[in-house]
Amino acid sequence: MNDLKQLAQNLMDLDDQMVACMKCGMCQAVCPVFAETMQEADVTRGKIALLEKLAHEMVKDPDQVNEKLNRCLLCGSCAANCPSGVKIMDIFMKARVIVTTYKGLSQTKKMIFKGLLTRPKLFNLLTEVSAKFQSPFTKIADQASGAASCAMLNPLIGERTFMPLAKRPFRKDYPKMDTPRGTSGLKVAFYPGCVVDKMFPQVGHAAIKVLEHHGVGIFLPKGQACCGIPTLASGDADTFIDLMKQNVKAFDDGNFDYLVTPCATCTATIHETWIKMIDSEDPVFREKVKAIADKTMDINAFLVDIVGVKTPSESTAGGKVVTYHDPCHLSKSLGVKAQPRALLKGNDAYEFKEMNEADRCCGCGGSFNLFHYDLSKSIGERKAGNVRDAGAQVAATGCPACMMQLSDMLAQTGGGVEVKHVLEIYADSLK
Amino acid sequence: MSNAKLAKDFEKIVGAGGVMHEEADLHAYSYDSAVLDPQVPALVVKPSNTEQLGPITKLCNEHGLPMTVRGAGTNLSGGTIPHPGGVVVLTNGLNKILEINEQDLYAVVEPGVVTAQFAAAVAKTGLFYPPDPGSQAVSTIGGNVAENAGGLRGLKYGVTKDYVMGIDFYDVEGDLIKSGSRTVKCVTGYNLAGLMVASEGTLGVFSNIILKLVPPPKASKAMMAVFPDVHKASETVASIIANHIVPCTLEFLDNSTIRYVDDFTKAGLPRDAGAILLIEVDGHQAEVIEDAERVVNICKKCGANEVKMAETAEEREALWTARRNALPALARAKPTTVLEDATVPRSQIPAMMEGLDRIAKKYKLDIGTFGHAGDGNLHPTILCDNRNKEEFHRVEEAVNEIFEVALSLKGTLSGEHGIGMAKSKWMEKETSRATLDYSLKMKRAIDPKGILNPGKIIGE
Repeated sequence: MNDLKQLAQNLMDLDDQMVACMKCGMCQAVCPVFAETMQEADVTRGKIALLEKLAHEMVKDPDQVNEKLNRCLLCGSCAANCPSGVKIMDIFMKARVIVTTYKGLSQTKKMIFKGLLTRPKLFNLLTEVSAKFQSPFTKIADQASGAASCAMLNPLIGERTFMPLAKRPFRKDYPKMDTPRGTSGLKVAFYPGCVVDKMFPQVGHAAIKVLEHHGVGIFLPKGQACCGIPTLASGDADTFIDLMKQNVKAFDDGNFDYLVTPCATCTATIHETWIKMIDSEDPVFREKVKAIADKTMDINAFLVDIVGVKTPSESTAGGKVVTYHDPCHLSKSLGVKAQPRALLKGNDAYEFKEMNEADRCCGCGGSFNLFHYDLSKSIGERKAGNVRDAGAQVAATGCPACMMQLSDMLAQTGGGVEVKHVLEIYADSLK
Repeated sequence: MSNAKLAKDFEKIVGAGGVMHEEADLHAYSYDSAVLDPQVPALVVKPSNTEQLGPITKLCNEHGLPMTVRGAGTNLSGGTIPHPGGVVVLTNGLNKILEINEQDLYAVVEPGVVTAQFAAAVAKTGLFYPPDPGSQAVSTIGGNVAENAGGLRGLKYGVTKDYVMGIDFYDVEGDLIKSGSRTVKCVTGYNLAGLMVASEGTLGVFSNIILKLVPPPKASKAMMAVFPDVHKASETVASIIANHIVPCTLEFLDNSTIRYVDDFTKAGLPRDAGAILLIEVDGHQAEVIEDAERVVNICKKCGANEVKMAETAEEREALWTARRNALPALARAKPTTVLEDATVPRSQIPAMMEGLDRIAKKYKLDIGTFGHAGDGNLHPTILCDNRNKEEFHRVEEAVNEIFEVALSLKGTLSGEHGIGMAKSKWMEKETSRATLDYSLKMKRAIDPKGILNPGKIIGE
């Protein structure tokens, strides 16, 4: 009972932010989860109301509120459309931390986060070993998207298909790099992110090719860890800070103008979320985090806005039809929408076609996909339908997490559509 | 009877997935968009087809359970806040557009259809459903009808009631009552469909709604006029109408709102202007061009400092940015946004604005006012923090006085938000004891146990 009081008191820290919600309910128009379930507790207004009631001790069962709180993709659609400008993502992240501190982290998550993610070397080794052993048990379900299925895992993961681990992770080929500024006069720190490294190494290779082509110096240090978002989304603030510290250390002695990543989620996390969680850290560290956050940008935006890549305003007709899916972390968090489209138009072997609802969430939501697969799937099927309606042979996007979800959804709805990162298509256009 | 037993009875009607009774779910349906205390229901029932509404209503009546029908829960007067221990009936699963008839210009919809989605489906057929309440992106047609929702196009195109041709609804016995028809003319019996409009869920439970559609205007033109004071803006409104021009929208922003919007959007609005009018005329191309020119001349003649006409779609969008951002800008300024909708005859707008100024000073409150100048429907928006008890007491006093002023100017308590719980105590003051008694007698005859959204509009 006392604990519950403590939980309520901790949640009251969010009261100033939560009170800005005027309960207008406009979030119902854009929430992908609400569109599926039509339940008030699944939409932001309902979640904030429940958190407020828990904070004011009007609701007594934190487990129920926690369950509702986790039925959220953290896609930010609500925040991008909130008339009152409520800092929804801040509220939800901090609430998850507060509730997890009260409830404790599940054993599985504790093992993955604290035991694995914070030890990049072990994490790399384990995934490498797994990559070697996965093939006897999985089969490629769809040649185009590369998604695989695994009969052995059916009881656990159902019919879902998944991206097999790459045989050779990106970092195996590029353990570290430090090249000087080239013709562009620019130098970037390159942060590939876990999913690119371990599942889509070709995206990392494309990034290197593009950066080198444009005469951009690259600093790729050893010791990069996960950006931390899976841990924070699960309410594990300690591990989040731990990972941040490892990353800050890795990039500390680099001399670079920007930190770029091909992962929308990593970009948004480093650029926006890191600085929100360091209030109780020491000032030197806070400054370092702030400096990195300020320099961090999406690689598409970097190429178009900073390097000044110019592409035709209209795409060439008659090529392979490609459409673009807006990752929530690019379009809603960072406002990056035009730049990836511009890069796609730079490859004349492709004809760009806009799909309906291009900026609607694909339903991945990181671990949301693991814990709420049915919901994730129905949201993803709508996306797959939009890709197909556009007549696309290739679905391009700017986030490897979206690539995983698009691959699964397109494979399950008939296959035949390739999934690529924008950088892969742009890199192909370069000699 | 226990909630568990009751839940089982409702599950027999709607299936196991259709009843919610866990704490978190109940609390999630305890509020709407009004700044009022939440009330927790005993059960939430979600029918999956309209036929289930009859048995649900009957069961509520048998047990004397207060029932509150809820669409998107965007009500601003507490009309969808349930009765404590009552049943909330969700209509958002009843969202089929049953028919859009292009020959006879009507549509038949279930109550849970979302207004904007319906308007978009109608537009696809080349027709037009004009009512456009501010919450249309989420609000439901059932809710719009139950509240007689308005919107920006009220002046020329009317409000929801002007588009309701018929409603099939369930009475407390669970029997289906039919009213209205698919014809333009219909005098068959009492105008029960008319009675249902603005009944706020107190007289029946909507099943199907027949709505009138119209051909869309062929062209439109938007302009923005800046005035040194509210009087000149108001004279302009009167003069436009007196010149027999009826704009499709005629919107107003006061100085305070202009400043908040400019702070928020940095759009470079005239911060010292007394008022801005946003005017849009529509119709045939030739008529629109002529009307737009006449409106510009009227604005100038009435003392506008500046009149901007949009020449392109982008310019039109830019002009509307100020109005679209009025509520977001005000809502960001302080934690709590009390949005009122007292309405006066349009000639009384200056008097109403003077009253609002006086009230803001007297109670030391920030009030930004914007709204539908063409129909006298203003939205004085009080910016406050309802956690500050002392301040919120002043807000309540101010709201009371806003009603006093509106009524003294022969206006009304609510133009489009409804009476709900927030304004029911004022009903007698605007109407009369006899009016209220008449309404109560009717309510008791139709709903003897008082189960249909009790406490709303006319009290209990």
